[in-house]
Amino acid sequence: MVDLIKRAKELLESSAVKVVIGYEQGTGNKTRALFVEKTEDADKLIFDSRCIQNLAAYVTKKEVKEKGKMAIAATLPVMRSIIQLASEFQVNDNNLLVLGITPESNLIEFANLVEVETFVHQYQIEIDARNKEMLDKLAKMTSAERWKFWVDELAPCFKCYACRAACPMCYCSRCTVDFNQPQWIPVPSTELGNLEWHIMRAMHLTGRCIDCDACYNACPLSIPINLLTKRMLVDAKEHFGNYQPSLKGDNLMSTYKPDDKENFIQ
Amino acid sequence: MMDNLYMPYLMRIERITYEAPGVKTFMLKFVNEADQDKFSYKAGQFGEYSVYGVGESTFCIASSPTRKGYIECTFRQTGKVTNALSGCEEGSIIGFRGPYGNVFPLDKWKGKNLLFIAGGIALPPMRCVIWNALDMRDNFKDVTIIYGARTVKDLVYKEELKDWELRKDVKLITTVDPGGESPDWKGEIGFVPTIVEKAAPSSKDTIAIVCGPPVMIKYTFPVLAKLGFADENIYTTLENRMKCGFGKCGRCNVGNVYVCKDGPVFTLAQLKELPDEY
Amino acid sequence: MNIDKRLVRKDSLEKLFDILKRNSKTIYAPFTKNGKSTFRDTESFGAISTGYIQTTESAKDIAFPRTEKLLDFSKSKEGMSVKGTDLNDIPDVILWGVRPCDASGIGELSSIFNWDYKDEIYINRLSKVTVFGFSCSKSDEYCFCTSVGGNPGNTAGSDILFTLLGEEGDYLAEIITEKGLAVVDLAQNLFEKTDISGKEKFLAELPVKFSHEDIRLKLDKFFESKEWIEQSLRCLGCGACAYVCPTCACFDIQDEAHGKKGSRVRCWDSCGFSHFTVHTSGYNPRNVQSARWRQRIMHKFSYMPERLSVYGCTGCGRCSRACPVDMNILEHLISIQEVTV
Repeated sequence: MVDLIKRAKELLESSAVKVVIGYEQGTGNKTRALFVEKTEDADKLIFDSRCIQNLAAYVTKKEVKEKGKMAIAATLPVMRSIIQLASEFQVNDNNLLVLGITPESNLIEFANLVEVETFVHQYQIEIDARNKEMLDKLAKMTSAERWKFWVDELAPCFKCYACRAACPMCYCSRCTVDFNQPQWIPVPSTELGNLEWHIMRAMHLTGRCIDCDACYNACPLSIPINLLTKRMLVDAKEHFGNYQPSLKGDNLMSTYKPDDKENFIQ
Repeated sequence: MMDNLYMPYLMRIERITYEAPGVKTFMLKFVNEADQDKFSYKAGQFGEYSVYGVGESTFCIASSPTRKGYIECTFRQTGKVTNALSGCEEGSIIGFRGPYGNVFPLDKWKGKNLLFIAGGIALPPMRCVIWNALDMRDNFKDVTIIYGARTVKDLVYKEELKDWELRKDVKLITTVDPGGESPDWKGEIGFVPTIVEKAAPSSKDTIAIVCGPPVMIKYTFPVLAKLGFADENIYTTLENRMKCGFGKCGRCNVGNVYVCKDGPVFTLAQLKELPDEY
Repeated sequence: MNIDKRLVRKDSLEKLFDILKRNSKTIYAPFTKNGKSTFRDTESFGAISTGYIQTTESAKDIAFPRTEKLLDFSKSKEGMSVKGTDLNDIPDVILWGVRPCDASGIGELSSIFNWDYKDEIYINRLSKVTVFGFSCSKSDEYCFCTSVGGNPGNTAGSDILFTLLGEEGDYLAEIITEKGLAVVDLAQNLFEKTDISGKEKFLAELPVKFSHEDIRLKLDKFFESKEWIEQSLRCLGCGACAYVCPTCACFDIQDEAHGKKGSRVRCWDSCGFSHFTVHTSGYNPRNVQSARWRQRIMHKFSYMPERLSVYGCTGCGRCSRACPVDMNILEHLISIQEVTV
């Protein structure tokens, strides 16, 4: 990514930003996040199909934010996350510059988040065929079968919270699981407790999750927890309309409209 | 057969004393007398107090080992377990396991002056060693207690403060933060470090024991240094988060020290060897 | 006892499995789900995963389960009744297929649970476990057992160590302990007398990449280094590294109650979590991820050696493989060794 390296250097040299968040070659065949603060380190920046970690998870990390204005190499899912984060007042034009990477792997720079939003809105969030098939399969199960499926899948979960850590939208300084008054979710890894944790998480992400699969990719045990958020995406679309992260902050699940069909809030 | 390390003694709450807003003292007696007979502890040690179904919480034993037949603990309602404890009534059964940790070396202090400096809810860990010292009063020279709280209401052990005030062999100085005084307040007004500086106790042959919130401790240590106290003669107890109490759960590990096993009592000289993670 | 060497034929392993099952042994062996392997109660020999360099999860679950009941309580009109975990319920277990780095990790875990206060639940669980170690004939870029005092054919921690003798598929079985011998006694004819010696040529080659002694000495003066901040900037503070680690033993204690009955349990915890050290007052002495990452390394390579005389790392490389953001412990240890203070 010659363009990205060049641009990162310019931004750092002109002090337009203090840090550029991108990818570098990791160990083995892995890629990983790189935080470029010195121009000479910009040469380590790479971009290829292995770069799937959602870097937006770092723009709310205390130690990264404290460095000053950030630029971020952002693929489509990362851009979507950033728009959602902006709508939740976690980032803004003053602290973040987006160096977009188009689905065709071209660099595209945006003057502001409004432009990012416009770009993002050209693309619909589409669940891929393999996962769609899995969702259909689950939908056709009886509730008992589906229960068994999830109990089996979630049994290995040891609650390392890598899913939460890797998710850009899980930025709460104190997560529901860390609250103990009352103890909404049990701390130990248990059959029911694991279900409660993952279902609660999917609920909290409904209308906010941009379907980047960061949670699944982070899971050390490869538990298909992203099927839960994908299901919510499908259901939310069906009941509340199509979801696109938006700077207007009109989140699907937290925006009241007079013509909402539920009457509990009226 | 080994004992289950995690098995608490069943304790009956004999008496509840309301100390200050949100602060209570429980007098606890062993439900099984056999437990009472084999139980012993020393000043400075702590335990895990539990409400079944809610969990365990760590605090010191606030009564002196010289008073037999019961233990006391004083706690502020801050979290899940202390809230549940606070909801207990006299006669309720709670769990207690301990004692854990090291002790204040009273034997080593014999023949010296003792200067106790405490702030707020940190008087309880000190009350244990104060009473222990007073119950063997002849072994020490001057005993001075400087105790401060945010407001008059927040002072704990009000009855005992009266006792200590009346005793000729104890010098008690109480203080409240500026603005925390009541119309009839006769004590000092000012933060603990300031009052220590003003009282200017002699550091000669004196052991200082300091317990309080981190900010109070932070500003009191330099005052003591200025008064000539050597780091080896300044003691405190640490408040690190703990779960097991016996060096396994890893939570209170600071540097090469486990606060639960190697502490909670440390001298300032020992603290200076530790990374600033306590 | 002297290590007795026997030959176990390729097809004898399955027979051994069946004999052990007939003798009512519970067998925990590597099992793969979603491409990730862990040790599980296994009923059939065919279900055991093979060909792995290292399982995704360590085998520590066997003696230090992720969730362990410590005691049960119940309230009634008569009062409170509390009962400790029934240690008689713990089954005899064969731990099948652990790599030497995992087997030796049991010793390190034990040093924690036996330090001064003896943790009877852990000790009892472990006393029921017979460890079948399997030497490594392969390694990958995450392995570094030889840098922390281990090796691909290390016998430490195993009761029987099996070493694959080349492509024919026969095994050299080293009978290391009385527990191992007790297994041999159940299946004498499967453990043939042999004069084979020198298993080394069948083991993975793994050059030493750093010296753990040097790291320990270096860490004495490394606490304030900026290296911790640089290394941990991409760390997201999850517990994956701690939970797959064979020697991480940090835990939490929690009550689980339903109505008038419940249990007190201990469950895994991690020094990498932001709330791990928060005081009652709300003050957090390790309030940044770099301090938590430093604690992880210091604990394993400085504090444990000093207090328990063991290193808290067996070089299995699991944490590096499991990390979602490529925090590679080997890479970071090497850079600690190389950086000038």
